[in-house]
Amino acid sequence: MSGIRFEGVSVAYDGATVLDSLDLTVEPGEVMALLGPSGSGKTTALRAVAGFVRPAAGRVLIGGRDVTALPPHRRGIGMVVQQYALFPHMRVEENVAFGLKARKTPRAEIPGRVAEALDLTGMAAYAKRYPRELSGGQQQRVAIARALAIRPGVLLLDEPLSALDAQLRSGMLAELARLHRELPEVSLLYVTHDQVEALTLADRIAVMDRARLQDCGTPQELYRSPRTEFTASFVGNANLLPVTVADAGAVFAGRPLALDRGRAAPGSRATLCVRPHLLGLGDGPNALSGTIAEVQWRGSTHRLYVDVHGHRVKADLPELRETPALGDRVTLHFEPRDAVLLAAGVSDA
Amino acid sequence: MGTPPGGAPAACGPPVPAPGGPGGPGGFPSGEARGSAQGPAPRTPASPEGSPAGRSGLRLPRGVWALPPVAVLALVFLYPLGLVVQQSLTPEDGGGAFDAYGSVFASAAFREALWTTVWLAVGATAGCLVLGFALALVIAFVPFPGARAVAKFIDVFLSFPSFLITLALLFIYGSVGMANGVWTDLTGTAEGPFRFLATPWGVLLAEITYFTPFVMRPLLAAFSQLDTAQLEVAAGLGARPARIVRRVILPEALPALAAGGSLVLVMCLNEFGIVLFTGAKGVTTLPMLVYGKAILESDYQAACVVAVVNIAISVGLFGLYRVVSKRAGA
Repeated sequence: MSGIRFEGVSVAYDGATVLDSLDLTVEPGEVMALLGPSGSGKTTALRAVAGFVRPAAGRVLIGGRDVTALPPHRRGIGMVVQQYALFPHMRVEENVAFGLKARKTPRAEIPGRVAEALDLTGMAAYAKRYPRELSGGQQQRVAIARALAIRPGVLLLDEPLSALDAQLRSGMLAELARLHRELPEVSLLYVTHDQVEALTLADRIAVMDRARLQDCGTPQELYRSPRTEFTASFVGNANLLPVTVADAGAVFAGRPLALDRGRAAPGSRATLCVRPHLLGLGDGPNALSGTIAEVQWRGSTHRLYVDVHGHRVKADLPELRETPALGDRVTLHFEPRDAVLLAAGVSDA
Repeated sequence: MGTPPGGAPAACGPPVPAPGGPGGPGGFPSGEARGSAQGPAPRTPASPEGSPAGRSGLRLPRGVWALPPVAVLALVFLYPLGLVVQQSLTPEDGGGAFDAYGSVFASAAFREALWTTVWLAVGATAGCLVLGFALALVIAFVPFPGARAVAKFIDVFLSFPSFLITLALLFIYGSVGMANGVWTDLTGTAEGPFRFLATPWGVLLAEITYFTPFVMRPLLAAFSQLDTAQLEVAAGLGARPARIVRRVILPEALPALAAGGSLVLVMCLNEFGIVLFTGAKGVTTLPMLVYGKAILESDYQAACVVAVVNIAISVGLFGLYRVVSKRAGA
């Protein structure tokens, strides 16, 4: 059982800080997603664990052992990357055996371990194939088998599903969840820019932006009660409205809104966060009226973009029988318990 | 903060709803959005001969266009080559067509030159492969300031004339070169110990020095194609650098090594300038023999025979290389 611990880890390239004093602990057996846009420092954090970047400051611990100064080959980690990175001149079984041979596993043990890893990922039938003879999804399964064959305490996944098409991606997501149930002792550090992957798979999510850790919590915590505007918009794509805090809620564009959650000093400025799917069409509590700016049909839902007092509000509604036309006036509403007040930041929403 | 919703619809792409369900990222271009954007296959440009409408006046068989270059090639290259072959088969004072071959093959000078040529070429090629692989590895994978400049210099080096290297080596190791000068100054002896330049080893050194970049060029190109993630994953799996070089990099560089190596082998077989400039009297290669027979002894027939042998070896090796490289899947 080994977890990962970042202690004030900073990384800089050519004077530019790409990771700014990260403090984060991944518990043994936990799935931690590092979620953020590109350039947020999430991949750098993963590479610091693998040993491919040397932190300018701070320590990285794996299983309680300080590995900051250890070369990659002595860290005992499995790694899966976006483009699979299988060795093209080796058959599937040789790819999976690579780590075992490199770690001087007794020769007699290797075939069994290879078969075990291939069974685990459902690739046993493809042992004799070359990577070029496999589809993208199959190649990624082989890459996962190769990483798991060495029985690592820590598995690093760097955007492992980004190269796959959408349908395959959700299948692989379920597969990864199953793998983790079968190997509960392995800690997973999962780097992604896709909030669905993070929400589905992770025990906890660390939200990164501009080289810093912005927020960290369980998916439910981050989704229901984000602490920052960045988390609110990046995880779940929330509507953010500038409000003034009032006694029993808040005031948005001169209209009082009733709120259950989040308290701040009355009169102070704050940001109201409402998820698009928690908005309802028609009159109700906390009504917001505006004009339709855009309508998108998404199969099971309609997304409306409504201009409310100069702010564009997104609403996801169950498929509408009568689609409103552009320029129509509509009213949206939300329940007091479905909105969260955030400390006001710089908001352009 | 957040994406301005005004910009979102365009990036979100109405035709492809994110299958992740409601609340899919609005402004982030996702994989499937990128995929669908490439929807229609790019139209292939109409091939020049594929549009007969505008070219009805020039309806000639396509083979006609090959005639001018073939004619030029035949005139300036194949015809003289033919003359060389013909000369080698024309007895000067009666006798059979292959008499000249018989006497050349029987001469000790020819057999020695053939042997010298082959072992020098093979040795130089082996040296170039080892040295070139090691240097290219360092330039490609060991980050050091100026690696890019060194790679650029390799390109420039390829344009140098071969005798220039020999000349440079003469300045260092020649009988009155720097190395010997320092030695005689220090010890007071009349002659320095460095005399290897006029031996076959000197030629070998000069050829390895000059031809190594010819191996490095294709190697560097191959290394730049290599996915560095493979090297990182290998290291993560516990492989030390030596194992990564042996098991990951080398197998993927084999086609480039074969290409560079065979090029160098053929060039070494035909190398003339380097051997001439070292002034190595005892080192006679086939091209030197041709030169000696034709220019110094005016024995054109023998010169042509040796030249034909030289050509045959070169073409044979080239053919072998094509077969091998095709097998290797290069």
